[in-house]
Amino acid sequence: MNRIDQRFRQLARRGRTALVPYITAGHPHPEVTVDVLHGAVEAGADLVELGMPFSDVMADGPVIQNACAQALQHGTDLDRVLEMVRRFRERDADTPLILMGYTNPIERRGVERFAAESAEAGVDALLVVDCPADEAEDLKAALQQRGLHQIFLVAPTTTDHRLQRMAGLAGGFVYYVSIKGVTGSSSLDLSSLAPAVKRVRAVTELPVAVGFGIREPEQAAAVARVADAVVIGSALVDRLDRCANVEEAVAVTREYLGRVRGAMDAATETGPAAVEA
Amino acid sequence: MLEAAQRTHSESVPDASGHFGTFGGRFVSETLMPALEELDRAWKHYLKDADFLAELDRDLAHFVGRPSPLYFAENLTRQMGGARIVFKREDLNHTGAHKINNTVGQGLLARAMGKKRVIAETGAGQHGVASATVAARLGMECVVYMGAEDVRRQAVNVFRMKLLGAEVVSVEAGSRTLKDALNEAMRDWVTNVDDTFYILGTVAGPHPYPAMVRDFNAIVGREARAQSLAEYGRLPDALVACVGGGSNAIGLFHPFIDDEQVAMYGVEAAGRGLAGLEHAASLCAGRVGVLHGSRTYLLDDDAGQIRHTHSVSAGLDYPGVGPEHAWLKDIGRARYVGIDDEQAMKAFHALTRSEGIMPALETAHAVAYGMQLAAQRRSDEIVLINLSGRGDKDINTVAEIEGIQF
Repeated sequence: MNRIDQRFRQLARRGRTALVPYITAGHPHPEVTVDVLHGAVEAGADLVELGMPFSDVMADGPVIQNACAQALQHGTDLDRVLEMVRRFRERDADTPLILMGYTNPIERRGVERFAAESAEAGVDALLVVDCPADEAEDLKAALQQRGLHQIFLVAPTTTDHRLQRMAGLAGGFVYYVSIKGVTGSSSLDLSSLAPAVKRVRAVTELPVAVGFGIREPEQAAAVARVADAVVIGSALVDRLDRCANVEEAVAVTREYLGRVRGAMDAATETGPAAVEA
Repeated sequence: MLEAAQRTHSESVPDASGHFGTFGGRFVSETLMPALEELDRAWKHYLKDADFLAELDRDLAHFVGRPSPLYFAENLTRQMGGARIVFKREDLNHTGAHKINNTVGQGLLARAMGKKRVIAETGAGQHGVASATVAARLGMECVVYMGAEDVRRQAVNVFRMKLLGAEVVSVEAGSRTLKDALNEAMRDWVTNVDDTFYILGTVAGPHPYPAMVRDFNAIVGREARAQSLAEYGRLPDALVACVGGGSNAIGLFHPFIDDEQVAMYGVEAAGRGLAGLEHAASLCAGRVGVLHGSRTYLLDDDAGQIRHTHSVSAGLDYPGVGPEHAWLKDIGRARYVGIDDEQAMKAFHALTRSEGIMPALETAHAVAYGMQLAAQRRSDEIVLINLSGRGDKDINTVAEIEGIQF
């Protein structure tokens, strides 16, 4: 069974909302990435998302754009990203890992080759930001053959018709983009989140993750009440940007994600269900 | 006024999901997909709406100044000693280039869709000026994204946009040129998708842009076709147009696609030479990939990262190209060639001195190739070059290259 399915099953039994941190591979330096991933898991991450740097990150805001530019300057190509995944797996056989990126570098390598290498390295799913369900056929087939999930984004603007179609293709979980905007914008509207997540749940049994625009532990806590997973990206990447070495990067990751984890746990323990009990 | 069916071949290419053969499509984040679907519906609806088309025709006639003349370049023809060289004079349009054909159309569409704010990307600044012009007239807020390097190269156009009331945002990311401006415009659109209309300036990007921008520019080819028949009693033997994203070329080519006897040449920027990396010739020297929402030929490295490009002309300095050109290349209907910086500069001067017409540096690439082609052809043949824009905006660049200080 795919690690993602296994992990969400365990989490459901424990009544725990998943914390899913995103970092850009090779940022601020390739030496940092694997240790930061381990640090994130130790601080309470349940799944990890690793960004594959691209030169033209159209759907990302300035923080991840800058992180990609730095990672590329350090020569972080797909070979190195997959090497990082292999090294992560040497010490962590269980935590699901999702690669996130854009179409062109994947196609340049070859979709089937990339799917095979990813599966071999220990990747569990792929999220290709600029590959909506409409264009996903070839990639989906290649991933499926290797037992990898393709994660799709659902936006506030997604129509019911599109939602239905996506539900048929999606695996692992559905990633709900909580804002209209690029990654790292700070305008999360909590009041509209619950009905939006409900709308997704109506068409799929898959867990629902929420991301884009979650920065503060309190926001993560509020999202944790309605979603199955909380994705933290730019806020973590921004903190890593100021780190000078591996020790500092790991310490910053553990401190920040530790606070997010704590707030999420407190919220789900004292949430509506617990109060009623 | 032409009937809707005559105005466009868009019923046949692209297909319903925006594919020209294997090219095109919609490679964007999910947030934009519904906006693209809405735009696709609106465009298809209004292209068959008699009132909309009548207003578009009025604006093209009285605001843009259409039809643009078909001009026989007698001196240049004599100099080259071959085929008759004629120019489609898009440089005479209001704001000085073909770009206004598209922005007038998209501006009216934005208004019809109830959008209050328009955004645009620009390279040379011509599309930015054309967007700001239409926004001023329609009373809309306008934000133009422009690479920092292009802001420097095209200072006059930046000032023009500001005079027209647009906000010009200088983009510092990446290579600080057109591709980065396009990324930034997409980011704005995804954030403000409810009230904002993105006036994309070329036949690239996600569907429906390549088809829609083509349809708004296809008036160039329709007029040229009719003018050639009226003036010379036949169609031209060859069409020549410069290709960055490819909007002026597709505007000229598209109405001739079914006229198989008419050869079509797209001229890309060979910069400092196609053998090296300092050029912007994605059809001549690139390969198929995905950029800016569309599958097409592009310039990237072996890791799939988009490369920095070079051209003396900001408007051609782009690592991708419209998917319809990719398709025309692959089916062999059009040929794509490169003209380098030096050849373009020579053509700029040649045309200026022989005909008293100063072309844009983008256009000078087409002129350079058209002159070569005419020299190889018989005197009873016609080579029609799209004179896509005028060169006023480039005089600082030309002076800089030639070491002249004002």
